[in-house]
Amino acid sequence: MSETAQHSAHHIDVKEFHPRARAAIHNPQIRQNFRKAMDGLMTKRKSAFEGWDLETLRDLGANIRLRALANLPDLLEQLEQKLTENGITVHWATDGDEACEIVRDICLARNAKSVIKGKSMVSEEMELNHYLEEQGIEALESDLGEYIVQLADETPSHIIMPAIHKNTEEISQLLHDKTGTDLSHDVEYLTANARLQLREKFMNADVGVSGVNFAVAETGTLCLVENEGNGRMTTTVPPCHIAVTGIEKVVPNLEDVTALLALLTRSATGQHITTYFNMISGPRKADELDGPEEVHVVLVDNGRSTIYQDDELLDTLRCIRCGACMNHCPVYTRVGGHAYGTTYPGPIGAILMPHMVGLDEGRHLPTASSLCGACGEVCPVKIPIPDLLVRLRQESVDGDTVHPAKVAGHGAKRSTVEAMIWKGWSWMHARPGIYRLGTALGARFRKLQPGKIGGWTQYRTAPKLAAKTLHERMKERSQ
Amino acid sequence: MSSRDAILQRLRHRSGGELTAPECDFSVLDRPEWTTAEKLDMFEQTIESVHGEVHRTTESGWIDRLAEILQSRGAQSLLIAKDHEIGQALQSATKGREDLPHLLIYDEPVESWQETLFSEVDAGITSTRGGIAETGSLILWPSVDEPRLMSLVPPIHIAVLKASELYTTFHQAMQSQGWATGMPTNALLISGPSKTADIEQTLAYGVHGPKELIVLVIE
Amino acid sequence: MVDPIKVYPAKPSKVYFYGTCLVDMFYPDAGMAGIQLLEREGIEVIYPEDQTCCGQPAYTSGYHDEARAVAKAQLGLFPEDWPIVVPSGSCGGMMRKHYPALFKDTADDVKAAEIAGRIWELTDFLVNVCHIKLDDLGEPTTVAMHTSCSARREMGVAEVGPKLLGQLKNVNLVEQVRAEECCGFGGTFAIRHPEISGAMVSEKVDTLVDTGAKEFVTTDCGCLMNIDGYAEKNHKPVTGQHILSFLWERTNGDGGKRS
Repeated sequence: MSETAQHSAHHIDVKEFHPRARAAIHNPQIRQNFRKAMDGLMTKRKSAFEGWDLETLRDLGANIRLRALANLPDLLEQLEQKLTENGITVHWATDGDEACEIVRDICLARNAKSVIKGKSMVSEEMELNHYLEEQGIEALESDLGEYIVQLADETPSHIIMPAIHKNTEEISQLLHDKTGTDLSHDVEYLTANARLQLREKFMNADVGVSGVNFAVAETGTLCLVENEGNGRMTTTVPPCHIAVTGIEKVVPNLEDVTALLALLTRSATGQHITTYFNMISGPRKADELDGPEEVHVVLVDNGRSTIYQDDELLDTLRCIRCGACMNHCPVYTRVGGHAYGTTYPGPIGAILMPHMVGLDEGRHLPTASSLCGACGEVCPVKIPIPDLLVRLRQESVDGDTVHPAKVAGHGAKRSTVEAMIWKGWSWMHARPGIYRLGTALGARFRKLQPGKIGGWTQYRTAPKLAAKTLHERMKERSQ
Repeated sequence: MSSRDAILQRLRHRSGGELTAPECDFSVLDRPEWTTAEKLDMFEQTIESVHGEVHRTTESGWIDRLAEILQSRGAQSLLIAKDHEIGQALQSATKGREDLPHLLIYDEPVESWQETLFSEVDAGITSTRGGIAETGSLILWPSVDEPRLMSLVPPIHIAVLKASELYTTFHQAMQSQGWATGMPTNALLISGPSKTADIEQTLAYGVHGPKELIVLVIE
Repeated sequence: MVDPIKVYPAKPSKVYFYGTCLVDMFYPDAGMAGIQLLEREGIEVIYPEDQTCCGQPAYTSGYHDEARAVAKAQLGLFPEDWPIVVPSGSCGGMMRKHYPALFKDTADDVKAAEIAGRIWELTDFLVNVCHIKLDDLGEPTTVAMHTSCSARREMGVAEVGPKLLGQLKNVNLVEQVRAEECCGFGGTFAIRHPEISGAMVSEKVDTLVDTGAKEFVTTDCGCLMNIDGYAEKNHKPVTGQHILSFLWERTNGDGGKRS
């Protein structure tokens, strides 16, 4: 069982990134599970785009998202109007708590006791399951990965593959302990058992809650991408369907989803397309024989309109939640999703979560990157993730008087000692004479160089100063 | 102020500079014009790569082929639409032949027979509004006559596809059929049987939806 | 990420050489090798004496005021219109890509953008501007190459190193698995997150060792310090060198291994 397994969603302290990362690094099972999974996902993504003009396709993806964001308020109003015309009830929530209350009120009005859920990262933001349980309403995840994670009282460690941190043996044990399934390494058997258990739940659920991948303004259509069919079940079988979505998921035209879908599934899991692509534009009509009687959409802000204020940070909202940045992140691969302690882990989490929890809470997140750029290179909508990481690093130390910080909790990471070090460094490097003198002295007395330099020499030998600097050698050469 | 107005107001009065909407050029999605035969080959190859099964047949031969397929699986019951031509053809075919399973007609609201649908129906057959060659996808617009759960709940889903209704790409299908002018309550693309890889990246089929997807292509 | 359009200049008669602080203090041989390679191509190399550091360490740590003060001190070093060549993808990336952002909304924005447009990573410059032809004078050997992330992704020069090594007839270039993955250096990242960085570099060294090569070359001193330092401390049978030192040693008659 992993270190992180003992934490439930509500006890995670985002600030405690370091100890969790350290624990993951020294957990061979976690390391092996993630390495294997990420290697596979990277290979699949690469081959899925073979034969495509990927750069042009990514440009299109970026432009579609930018165009949507440029007209965001108008599109949301258009979406609301079209959904309403289609018979779907639209709700607005400024934060996760309000969104939870809206879901609760819908449930209460229907006297609903049980909710079945399709995968939704926004509902994770809301901590909806926990909230509904407190209200005496059962909330059960139906995506197999989410179901496993819920049984383990954990949170997803990846936005697309929630249970990726567990291997078959761990899952088999968990299913055995919680549901009485026989211990088995046969994935077919384990899956078939989950099918049986969840079918009962689908039939008896009063409400289905799903997420949304794209919300189309021109037609009032909610699009859902999935492989299992649990999304279809969730949105078809119970008499009431509630879709929760971030306000940024809206796109102007139906046509837009063709390009975004092509990018999303290939980037996420290397699939040309998922098994099911659902387009929901209304509740069951009077003469239809199945489908929900009621469909609700909850448009959730939860910090997004704040991100929207800033021209640079705005790019964060382009995200279509494919998870490719995680799959290609060498840091995520080493520490896994739970180390971050956030709803969204990995690079996208590092640029998104500080806005949701504040930079005081999330101060370490933007540092959890070597700025290698792999995330930005694979992002299907070209979010400049490394640049945004640097921006948030600046914000977290209030490091730029020309471009003052504005994210909530900014400056929390600034320490007097570190600021002094950089001031001293800057003073020396902005003065060429002092720099030459200092480096020449360093070369002269290099035998006195300390053999231990903090975390560096824990793993490596100390870098060795040369006997003469390049400056000195060039000086000699010119004489 | 309502949350709606508060959110919209914040978005409308943003503090940053003016945002410009870039042009979107969809031509990167274009593919060369394929013949029907090429589209069919591509469709077959793609959907079979995700565990779908394709049977090429004809207007006069598809019921025989269907009977063979269902017999080979030992299917006892088949869910059909009441008024759709596929359902009607099957209803008239069963009179006088033994090799087709018991036909169940989906003509009641699901609430009245949900238990049966979930536990006793072996297969369901639906029409399609076409297919997409590039991704190996079937286009389904469930309707009053062909409700949504027909293609979802039974362990075997059989879909009838006319080869002449194959499109090269999703974009082309959507544009040609003019979807943006009006969408049904529920529309979907189906590309293979239900599957999951949530247990250690190992593929397993039929996790919630059908374990088998069988496409009868009418050439 | 990568500049979509890179327009290489015609081969100039002079260039500015921006050595970088790591080369200056730790790997001056690599700097000398770069200078000598350029001179052998008939280019006069101008080494501005007042150069110090591009400012990147403070920039990526978020201390942009401090980074700007240091970067500003570099802006005046290149008065003529010659290209500025840098023996590092990382410092090159800082100057080419990030200077415009750093100096945005300041009085130096035009100047910073102008300088950014003249920055070239040195191996890229040798291949695509000088069209260098290398004559290998060394003994047969097998090497692996680690291209830094900034050389690969910010400067877009991933194919350049292998192209140069490919010109050396006695050099057998082998590729490690996950060649495009970061070595874990990341500047202050290695200090802030020593365990994560350590895990990354240990895997990088393992993949290099698995190629069977006893030596590797790299475009950047940060990666070199990281990978080589790990291999040395943990007694792994692989040692590294800056690619410029390697190229110069193998093609220079006096210092070359043949004569």
